[in-house]
Amino acid sequence: MSINRKELEEIASLAQLNIPEQQVNEITASLNQVMAMIEHINQADTAAVEPMSHPNDGHQITRQDVVTDHSHKSTLLALAAHADADHYLVPKVIE
Amino acid sequence: MINLTIRQMAGLLAEKSISVQELNGVFYDRCRAHNASTNALITLNDELNAAEILHAQQAIDVGNHWLAGIPLVHKDLFCTQGIKTTCGSNMLANFISPYNATVVDRLGQAGMVSLGKANMDEFAMGSSNEHSAFGPVGNPWDLTRVPGGSSGGSAAAVAARMVPVATGSDTGGSIRQPAALCGITGIKPSYGRVSRYGMVAFASSLDQAGVMAVSADDCALVLSAMSGHDPLDSTSAHASTWAWEKPQDTELKDLKVGVTRAWIDALEDPDIKQRTWQAIEQLQDQGAQIIDIELPHADLAVSAYYVLAPAECSSNLSRFDGVRFGHQAEGVNDLESLYRQSRTEGFGEEVKKRIMIGAWALSSGYYDAYYLQAQKVRRLISNDFKQAFAQVDVIACPVSPETAFEHGAKADGVSMYQADQFTLPASLAGLPCLSMPIGFSQGQNGRLPIGLQLVGRYFDEQTILSVADKYQQTTDHHLQLPEAFQ
Repeated sequence: MSINRKELEEIASLAQLNIPEQQVNEITASLNQVMAMIEHINQADTAAVEPMSHPNDGHQITRQDVVTDHSHKSTLLALAAHADADHYLVPKVIE
Repeated sequence: MINLTIRQMAGLLAEKSISVQELNGVFYDRCRAHNASTNALITLNDELNAAEILHAQQAIDVGNHWLAGIPLVHKDLFCTQGIKTTCGSNMLANFISPYNATVVDRLGQAGMVSLGKANMDEFAMGSSNEHSAFGPVGNPWDLTRVPGGSSGGSAAAVAARMVPVATGSDTGGSIRQPAALCGITGIKPSYGRVSRYGMVAFASSLDQAGVMAVSADDCALVLSAMSGHDPLDSTSAHASTWAWEKPQDTELKDLKVGVTRAWIDALEDPDIKQRTWQAIEQLQDQGAQIIDIELPHADLAVSAYYVLAPAECSSNLSRFDGVRFGHQAEGVNDLESLYRQSRTEGFGEEVKKRIMIGAWALSSGYYDAYYLQAQKVRRLISNDFKQAFAQVDVIACPVSPETAFEHGAKADGVSMYQADQFTLPASLAGLPCLSMPIGFSQGQNGRLPIGLQLVGRYFDEQTILSVADKYQQTTDHHLQLPEAFQ
């Protein structure tokens, strides 16, 4: 498996990243190197093997669905680069 | 004073030979003196925290706890209320968490005194601490060399005795490898032993908080205080509370130690090979039975890990969008550009590379061939360990195929990844594992530390720590100090 420039742009789009023009070749080569290394996993015969997603083996621990009335709004909004009293501020989305 | 164990320091505090203020003053002064040369800390607190000192002194005065008054630093991915948590990234360069990680709270409640935050590879991605937005860390044994990573700042800080203890985190070897390269002891507990709440996530099914310290006994005392179920982390196990029982002797009678002979024989560094066999012989001399084992799928661990960890990282790090917290790009006019430019500016090159690998592995057309296949390989590796642990109690193997290398020596990222070959299998299986010092290289690179890895059964930290403790009672490798930091 190796990628070309077009596929790099698709991956960057999925990853929400910009690739500066001067880095295209370098990043493509770097990703291709990792992909060549990863290819090794296909040597294993896994036909009858269950995937393992987690050391707890998918057992999901749940907690009581209890309503709490703590509001951390002002504390959390204070972490944003731009916010007013009630909202995160971003560039205009709707014309 | 600086080279004492926790029990020795606790003894001095209890008998009032030294106060908490004085003990912490000694280490705080060392942090100030040595941070310029090591760059081990991203944040050194402006002064000793008076409330923590008071809390610790009161705990000692009423006869409480081994850890009261013992100084430490936290790896800079543990959230600390009121103190910056950068994760080694420009993305979080000015982030101050509104809450503490559970690990921080628990060790604070035990009376430990935090002096600052340790440097690390950005978002815990790296094996050299060269991928930090706050500069590389120097290995105290040779400042031109790396301390390992990603918990490189924690390892260097302990090796230089700027602190006797540091927290770390280990996703694929990030406690064990820097511990080995810096000549200290470090444990990654079983997945689920310690809460991940407030520990900035890299790969959620692999990340685990742990301890780096001078000795196995020190690590065990701190791990006992950190462990236990946390309702704030649904992956912390209900049976995770654990109390360390220090062995009373040095006998390893009835212990079966599994050895991956092929791994050791394939080591290219003659010093590491020789020290590893020597350490195994030492365990045998103490009464252990050495048994050859095989982990037939372990050679696939590097490939599987570098699918799974990036996949989880691409998902976890999608939260960094420049809107709610973290770096936000200036001068962009639409929301999509805000996301992309903030992430492009905020993340370093290694993090961006791993996010892209993960996004690719999870994308349509590649999911089954890579992500799902990697999960199946993970199962095969986990099964290998189950079979091995049917025969043995602990597995002894190398931590790293090399001693600390020079800064910039591994520009090729893949060769750095492949050096994780011995730490990744146990990470994928979620098993407890530690690194302990077993001696030094004597070659042309100078005197550099070498570590041995001990892997245990799931939730059996007691056995690997007992083996390490008994080994350390008969050796003094872990008590050696770098010449420039004595």
